[in-house]
Amino acid sequence: MVANPGTRSTGSNVAGFARTFWKKQGQNIMLPLIGVFVFLLIWQLLSSTGITRLPGPISLVTEQRTRELLLYPFYDLGGLDKGLFWQTMYSLARVAKGYTAAAVVGIGLGILVGTNQTINKAVDPIFQFLRMIAPLAWVPISLIALQNVQQAAVFVIFITAVWPILINTTVGVQQIPQDYKNVARVLQISPRKYFFKVLIPSALPYIFTGLRIAIGLAWLAIIAAEIVMSGVIGIGFFIWNAYQNNYVSEVILAVFYIGAVGLLLDRAMAYLQQLILPEEQR
Amino acid sequence: MEMLKQVETRPLATSQQRQSQSFLEIANVSKVYPTAKGFYPVLQDVNLSVKEGEFICLIGHSGCGKTTLLNMVSGFNQPTEGTVQLRGKPITNPGPDRMVVFQGYALLPWLTAFENVYLAVDSVHPKKLEAEKRAIVREHLAMVGLADASDKKPPQLSGGMKQRVAIARALSIRPKVLILDEPFGALDAITKEELQEELLKIWNDHRCTVLMITHDIDEALFLADRLVMMTNGPAATIGEVMEIPFPRPRDRTQIMEDPEYYDLRNHALDFLYRRFAHDDTE
Repeated sequence: MVANPGTRSTGSNVAGFARTFWKKQGQNIMLPLIGVFVFLLIWQLLSSTGITRLPGPISLVTEQRTRELLLYPFYDLGGLDKGLFWQTMYSLARVAKGYTAAAVVGIGLGILVGTNQTINKAVDPIFQFLRMIAPLAWVPISLIALQNVQQAAVFVIFITAVWPILINTTVGVQQIPQDYKNVARVLQISPRKYFFKVLIPSALPYIFTGLRIAIGLAWLAIIAAEIVMSGVIGIGFFIWNAYQNNYVSEVILAVFYIGAVGLLLDRAMAYLQQLILPEEQR
Repeated sequence: MEMLKQVETRPLATSQQRQSQSFLEIANVSKVYPTAKGFYPVLQDVNLSVKEGEFICLIGHSGCGKTTLLNMVSGFNQPTEGTVQLRGKPITNPGPDRMVVFQGYALLPWLTAFENVYLAVDSVHPKKLEAEKRAIVREHLAMVGLADASDKKPPQLSGGMKQRVAIARALSIRPKVLILDEPFGALDAITKEELQEELLKIWNDHRCTVLMITHDIDEALFLADRLVMMTNGPAATIGEVMEIPFPRPRDRTQIMEDPEYYDLRNHALDFLYRRFAHDDTE
């Protein structure tokens, strides 16, 4: 059946393919679906029995305002009144700015600190101290320091995301095997060549680990930052606004958006990692 | 001792006729490492004079400072006392004129076999034309029988093939001294014999000076002009230097049929396992 390319058998081949695919992947698809369904069911039961005041997942469809938000993610009535797609995009744009800055600064500084033991000793305690500060604690500091709300939000992303990138890059550079360094010394490889042919490829897996941790943190931070920074367009402030007006099912809908975007960001980084890192270094 | 005298009276081997005096001079070398418990002398009063084009093997129990001694020739290490001179100039730095084949191959896993060798050629001859450099790389990969595997990366190569790439890389830059630290220790018996024969053939054509650490007496007897036997550490030194008089080019079967082979072999075994037996209680 495998080696039968005739046109007549195409239909049976497709069916055969679907069967083998289902045999291999059926469990991988079915079990998560069952898991999600059971989770939603328990939630719905909990809220309909009145144990919790939180509305059940069905309220996303039954509440009229929320249903409209669910069905029309792309509407834009100006000002803060935008569909959830646009709210999410504004948040993502902020994350992109802060994250890019964090990647540039984190990788650059990480290489500098990783290659220079003296600098490392001098700054390591500062880094370890600063990275422990929660994103929310940076909000008042950045608002005071930068005045502008938009810039302050981007700065909160930056300061949250930079530490894992910086620290992983530093470790990656420090972990370059002595053997590689010895080869470079015997051959008297130029610093430029050493950087591109030895240092960067060797530290790349660590850099990617940092980037992947950081993207998750950055997304967590933007929500926290927007909730506090009132009056900005974004999914975080949308949640806060909905809560203030007691539209609880809107909050739940927005939370679904946040979770989905976070998952997609992480998957995207994992895909990028797979794409760029050679097989033997993953 | 009687046997050694007999060795000395034999006519000079052909390889020694081309060798000039005092090419590499190790004079009164001691190496002391400071440790928590005080100073630890690794090597003491090591004297060895190597002629140009000579093939020297070093043998001794682990921890006797063989690698330390060779590191002083490659320039990774400096003697605490005494001097190591190449053509009358003291060795202060690693350099491509004293190329090393490292114990763990030290190939860059993100570069193909070709690129690994090319990096060496390109670093040592930056001004040569690219076509010329590529031809050198191809020539040396072909010499070790890896012309077909040149586009493979080290993780796709077997241990023997990796070692071949490392040898091709080392020879491609035409070093004056080739330093090998237990190059065949991790290979199976058949691959090991193959590589020994290839190394000998290449050395016959290139005539660079070779310093090689080994744990294998048969390997040393097959390859070397002289076998340097080290006493045990701490404060290890050269216990005895054995001339290996078999004419070149050597044939393994022929050598092993020579009754003198077993005299030399027993003498070396006696040195290693009776006179300087390794104390395992340490």
